[in-house]
Amino acid sequence: MPFYELANPHRFLQLARVLIPALAVLALALIGLGLGLGFRAPPDYQQGEMVRVMYIHVPSAWIALFAYTLMAVASLGTLVWRHPLADVAAKAAAPIGAAFCLLCLVTGALWGRPMWGAYWVWDPRLTSVLVLFLLYLGVIAVWGAIDDPGRAGKAAAILTLVGFINVPIVKFSVDWWSSLHQGASVFRLDGPTIHPSLLTPLLISAAGFAALFFALQLAAMRNEILRRRLRTLGILAAATAEAG
Amino acid sequence: MSRALAAILKRDLKLALRAGGGAGIGVIFFLALVTIVPFAIGPDLPLLKRIGAAVLWIGALLASLLGLERIFASDHEDGSLDLLLLAPVPLALIAATKALAHWIATGLPLVVMTPVLGLMLGIEPPALAAVTITLLAGTPAVTLIGLIGGALAATLPRSGMLVAVLVLPLAIPLLIFGVAATDAAVTNEIPFGAPFRLLCAISLFFLVLGPVAAAAALRHARE
Repeated sequence: MPFYELANPHRFLQLARVLIPALAVLALALIGLGLGLGFRAPPDYQQGEMVRVMYIHVPSAWIALFAYTLMAVASLGTLVWRHPLADVAAKAAAPIGAAFCLLCLVTGALWGRPMWGAYWVWDPRLTSVLVLFLLYLGVIAVWGAIDDPGRAGKAAAILTLVGFINVPIVKFSVDWWSSLHQGASVFRLDGPTIHPSLLTPLLISAAGFAALFFALQLAAMRNEILRRRLRTLGILAAATAEAG
Repeated sequence: MSRALAAILKRDLKLALRAGGGAGIGVIFFLALVTIVPFAIGPDLPLLKRIGAAVLWIGALLASLLGLERIFASDHEDGSLDLLLLAPVPLALIAATKALAHWIATGLPLVVMTPVLGLMLGIEPPALAAVTITLLAGTPAVTLIGLIGGALAATLPRSGMLVAVLVLPLAIPLLIFGVAATDAAVTNEIPFGAPFRLLCAISLFFLVLGPVAAAAALRHARE
């Protein structure tokens, strides 16, 4: 199905009806498998059992960044191509991305306490992820402040694109500044530096988180489309009542 | 075109400086903010000296936020925003001119006030000069980031807090490099120029991004 056909909300809803349960089952299976393997993987030589936080912390961080990137692409879709579902996608992604971002911050704090001796340090990576979380909240606030969805979508799109500067800063913060947070160890030009016994469960868990994200995203988009239909029907009904 | 922009600059400055414009409020707010800090942490001059630069930066940042939500909202209310949108001058340049007027009316007085307030916090002259220069380089960027927030909020009835919430996360890099440059001038551990140049780079970056994004936001707000 070509991309532009998705512009028809009806087609999208048909597709979503099939994809949401499929993705949900896939997410459950993969996260279960990933976390299960993660618990059976050998403990880290330095961090011991605590390393198992990684199987939740790292995928949620990836999803938090991915969701913002998706929002930025959708914002381009709103402003440049005027794809009718783009601002629906952007609106749906904001709370989900914020939730994964919060999950990343909370698991990071719980991991940091035994490893670094503090729940929170003002480190470049941590601070830039906190800024990412604030940007998510700002975008959600804009959606909440403007009642007309079309205008809210454009305002949120501009803010999202301006805030996108932060995404590369989050990604490269560990390379640019001396950081307490460990550097990139999976996506590296010279290959991952994690031992395969820990890497495999991590990647399975990450695939599961991605499936979970897409299931939630499609469900939220479906809800938003239905919410807008209800809004339009309400306005039409009020107009008819007034005319009649 | 430059005559049109000069006219907009003159008009905005007049509106800001005359009765009801509220240009002076920012400086008073800055003074009030700096005044309450010693009450909160105690009149401990060595401590104030150490955190003084940061206090001045936070004070100036918060004071710069005042009035940003009105930067386009008042034009929207009296209808002049429609005329500006119809004008044959690029909207981004108009937005940049309005930012310049706003900075002259609200940002520049803060920079001028900084040495006086710095003396109250017991900051040494070299550090004082550094704070003032970094604020001179950094406050335009706050206004330019706020320009985007002001444009997004132009047609909203209650937007004061919203603009602050949108602007503050984006202003964090300014705070980092502004305070880092000031610390560098005091401790000489790293050269002053390194963080200061990054601060200038961020300001220049937002000089490009701010007006363009604000113009896009204004156009979409009026559709």
